[in-house]
Amino acid sequence: MKRLSLIVLSGIAAAALAACSHNPPPVTTPQQPNADSVAAAERARQDSIDRAAAEARAREEAERQRQQHIADSLAGLGRTTEAVRTMLATLVHFDYDKANIRSEDASVLDQKAAILQANPNLRIRISGHCDERGSDEYNLALGNRRATAAKQYLVSHGIEAARIETVSYGEERPIAQGHDEAAWAQNRRDEFEIIGGGDALKQP
Amino acid sequence: MRRRTVGRTVGPSDSRTVAFGVRAVSGVVILLSISPTVRPSVAQDTSAVDRGVRIGIIYRPGVRPGLVVLPGAGAALDSVRTIIARDLDLSDRFELITLPGGDSIRVSAAPSLAGAGRPPAGGRGGAAAGLNYQLYQALGADFAVGLALVGDTTVLAVHDVTAGGVRREFRSRLPPLKDPEFRMAVHRLTDHILEATLGVGGIAATRILFVMDGKVDVIDEDGADKRLVSSSDHQAMSPAWAPDGRRFSYMEFWAGHGQLFVQPVGPGKRQPVATTGQALDFTPAFSPDGKTLAFSRATEEGTDIYTVNIKDNCCLQRLTVGRFSDNLSPTYSPDGQRIAFVSTRPGLPQVYVMAADGTDPQLFAPFDYGVTGSSNAPDWSPDGQSVAFHRDVGGTLQVFVLDVRTRAVRQLTSLGRNEDPSWAPDSRHVAFVSDRSGYRQLWIIDLETGRIRPLLQQSGARLPAWSPRLPETASSTP
Repeated sequence: MKRLSLIVLSGIAAAALAACSHNPPPVTTPQQPNADSVAAAERARQDSIDRAAAEARAREEAERQRQQHIADSLAGLGRTTEAVRTMLATLVHFDYDKANIRSEDASVLDQKAAILQANPNLRIRISGHCDERGSDEYNLALGNRRATAAKQYLVSHGIEAARIETVSYGEERPIAQGHDEAAWAQNRRDEFEIIGGGDALKQP
Repeated sequence: MRRRTVGRTVGPSDSRTVAFGVRAVSGVVILLSISPTVRPSVAQDTSAVDRGVRIGIIYRPGVRPGLVVLPGAGAALDSVRTIIARDLDLSDRFELITLPGGDSIRVSAAPSLAGAGRPPAGGRGGAAAGLNYQLYQALGADFAVGLALVGDTTVLAVHDVTAGGVRREFRSRLPPLKDPEFRMAVHRLTDHILEATLGVGGIAATRILFVMDGKVDVIDEDGADKRLVSSSDHQAMSPAWAPDGRRFSYMEFWAGHGQLFVQPVGPGKRQPVATTGQALDFTPAFSPDGKTLAFSRATEEGTDIYTVNIKDNCCLQRLTVGRFSDNLSPTYSPDGQRIAFVSTRPGLPQVYVMAADGTDPQLFAPFDYGVTGSSNAPDWSPDGQSVAFHRDVGGTLQVFVLDVRTRAVRQLTSLGRNEDPSWAPDSRHVAFVSDRSGYRQLWIIDLETGRIRPLLQQSGARLPAWSPRLPETASSTP
């Protein structure tokens, strides 16, 4: 839970940063690079004719600068994509031999539903995992139930079923190697992986 | 109990002697007095963790015939003799007798050896000339096995000591010592001995598939020749033998689904089993006629059992419809009429049985609702009489055996965590995974004597699958 709120916070922070870097530039930037363009405009004026046309060109130049800024803020959007990806990858955990979504994990899934809604091309794969205590083969069935439970939650929150694949790895891919409850609790989980449409993600 | 006045064969089984009768008690007392740091008794299995010890099942003493492997076969046959003696020991069917003061007897026994390939020197039975049956009988032998080399042919003679004659003689041209086929050819000789003496099939010429580090490995039943048979970038699980011993199946995790393969033993390419779409298919099991593969398929509806015709790679059929329950881990009865499987319909996974077409599903291994833990991984014995499985007992797993006729369930193991049993073709040995030694490894238990031995002294091996008796041509190195 702590980890989740951290991620949420950092997500908000990243978003705030992106917003900050967005606003100020139009005020400050035209000056500096415009030295060039002003010179160019003056050269153009000397060369010939119409002052208005030159001004128009200067405006064009300014426009190009603004494009540059959009490109810059796109890099910011890249950072946003990372933040959204991180949010999307947040794990959902389960009780021993259970596949129901715990109430404290519902908000994690709500967040994923919002992301999926904001990015209609995004497609994901949910993989269910188990701890090492159960039977090896039964755990494939259990992991399948866990992946399906998360999918059903998302579908019930308006996400198209075709955008979500599910798979189970049973106990075959633990993330914690220990043999105690702490490790088992970490290993009883759903993982969320982007399989399409994840190049540029919008914040919900 | 039939007391042998002579020692047993020296071998991994030797420690077994202390586990029986009064001698066990004195043995433990001595051990305690020597070593005060002995760990506190676990009060579960009847003996400490060691090689070749018995655990909590009833030992039936005095039913095993005595057998002596005759010495003096000559240096050329030393390794053959060693392998056979060990195989016979691992069969758990004989009291193996070693000869006291070997040399003096060797001298007198040498001229007759296998009692073959030499002209009869008079006396009864001709071929057995010179073999001192009275002596071996006095030593407690019911059977004697002799080896001799005639040209490039190995002659194996099985003597009936009580009857005072040669019962059977086998001639075979063994591959050279370095040949990968050598050991398996010798194992077959051992199985001939069991056939000739007791009229039963042996398990010496068998192998066991298992999973280690996400790949499929195979190992001979005596623990030799471990090697990889399938490796790719994908994690593998659940190997299963075809009934002819010429093919096996297993699953691999592929992106988003589980893919089943059928692979020939020996040269040849593996074939993916026809599947539809992106499902997670696992736990394959061959039907006894080898034409059908039953397996579990996990979809968003849950996990259910399906069959597919692997001869034509067609005709997918769904056997269970479990809406709110999972059905998995099918295992065929040897007559092919029924399938035992795991179902979660009672809430926890338990062992069920149904007709091979999916009709008439019913509870197979009884359990106490709310008391008995999860039961999983059933394996139907080749003689059809039992189903082995594992069950959660107090948070750990133990191997159980269900008597198919009476539906009685008995617990086989109690020391450590024990799981994933697989029957040997003799329906009395079971391979399983246990952490009784401190880490998970493969073990073999003999249900008749209770003797347990490690199959592989290596950590991380699991999901064993014991082969049927392997046909000659199937033994080639995969």
